[in-house]
Amino acid sequence: MKKQTQFLIAAGVAAVVLVAGCSSMPSTAELDKLTQDIAKASFRDQGQAKVDRLVLDDANLECMKADVAGQPIEEKTAKAIEAANFAAIKWPAGGQYIGDWKEGEKIAQSGRGMTWSDAAGSENGGNCYNCHQISKEEISFGTLGPSLYNYGKMRGVSNLYAPESAAIIQYTWGKIWNSRAYNACSQMPRAGHKGILTEQQVKHIMALLLDPKSPVNQ
Amino acid sequence: MKRWTLALAAIMISGAALAQKSASDGIAEYRAMLADGNPAELFEAKGEDLWKQKRGPKNATLEKCDLGKGPGVVKGAFVELPRHFADTNKVQDLESRLVTCMETLQGFNGAEIAKTAYGRGEQNNVTALATWIAAESRGLKFNLPNSHQQEKVMYEVGKRLFFMRSGTHDFSCASCHGEDGKRIRLQDLPNLTKNPGDGIGFAAWPAYRVSNGQMWSMQLRLNDCYRQQRFPFPLFGSDATVALGAYMGVNAKGAENIAPAIKR
Repeated sequence: MKKQTQFLIAAGVAAVVLVAGCSSMPSTAELDKLTQDIAKASFRDQGQAKVDRLVLDDANLECMKADVAGQPIEEKTAKAIEAANFAAIKWPAGGQYIGDWKEGEKIAQSGRGMTWSDAAGSENGGNCYNCHQISKEEISFGTLGPSLYNYGKMRGVSNLYAPESAAIIQYTWGKIWNSRAYNACSQMPRAGHKGILTEQQVKHIMALLLDPKSPVNQ
Repeated sequence: MKRWTLALAAIMISGAALAQKSASDGIAEYRAMLADGNPAELFEAKGEDLWKQKRGPKNATLEKCDLGKGPGVVKGAFVELPRHFADTNKVQDLESRLVTCMETLQGFNGAEIAKTAYGRGEQNNVTALATWIAAESRGLKFNLPNSHQQEKVMYEVGKRLFFMRSGTHDFSCASCHGEDGKRIRLQDLPNLTKNPGDGIGFAAWPAYRVSNGQMWSMQLRLNDCYRQQRFPFPLFGSDATVALGAYMGVNAKGAENIAPAIKR
């Protein structure tokens, strides 16, 4: 599997006009190419959001194709995407997975960071509540992702340091760091992999979800 | 002990559900209250004046502008856009078409207008004109022609852009607008892969935004979606934005236009 597929290639001028000369509809491949050319010609850099963000990696390209076709991604392709993303997970140094749930709550609340109107280098939020229910106190939560209320409790985590907690702790780290390692076309951002959250911030989110003392597990 | 916990949980869950319901109800009431006096009316009036006013280097009105139904026909034009125009040999949305008319009829520099920031100079006038033209099709149902080959091609391109996951967060338009009955925080999200219903999504913009006191065209609405998607900046009137308009507009077939709407 190629490391990265160059989604964008040199754009022809007025690609649409070119197509207008044809008598029948362009093929899927021609439409894909035209879409690349149009995307390339339609965006510009603004602040930290540069046009290089339009380059799709294999995971995004394959999932986009499947979505456009209205079909689930092929199992073989899915497995390859998951394997490549799993291999890219950075595990925390010294097996220290858990930070402070209070900090985690702040990060989960914040939807800031990495838009063209955010200052480059400012601290990013996790956007978690935009899509998930997390603590029951916060009623302004989205429903794009599953509820994470009682996340640790429901998975039997009563002691973070017990050997039986290790598997779910590792899975949760991996899922936050790179969601596509477990579900090729997951809609969840790859918080660690794409540099949205730092290792320390991921530890705080881990605490929010897994610490028996976190309000999530009350 | 366990029973107590359960009972308490039940109370808290119903409490949360109640609070949620009242929050969305509150927003709905707030909108209904404001719709009585939608400030979009001011932009409508300004747009109508601009249409009839002699302006630009050629000191001409826009009254001969062809929005797709023949020169000067405004009523019903909005619910058939974007569409292909023979003179430019391009599929154009309302705003990009207006800029073409401002250039050809009034002598303005279209490229300069496209580069002007939203809320400044002639961009404000484009928004006001779009607001009036949309309002002239209030109550009509969306019915894009989607028959010219370029229109069909732009629909297909728009569909691909809609599902294009990219940027730092891997978001596509479909991340938020690909399923029924979803919310971001408390905000309901329309499913734009099909007709989302009367006055929802494509059938609501241009709209007046109460939260910032601004009139937003569809171009600006898309621009802010892309900002939140962590994408780079979509150029005003670019083929990508027009293709997305074609995709959403065709999907909205049969939806009643309520634009200019009022939004939180």
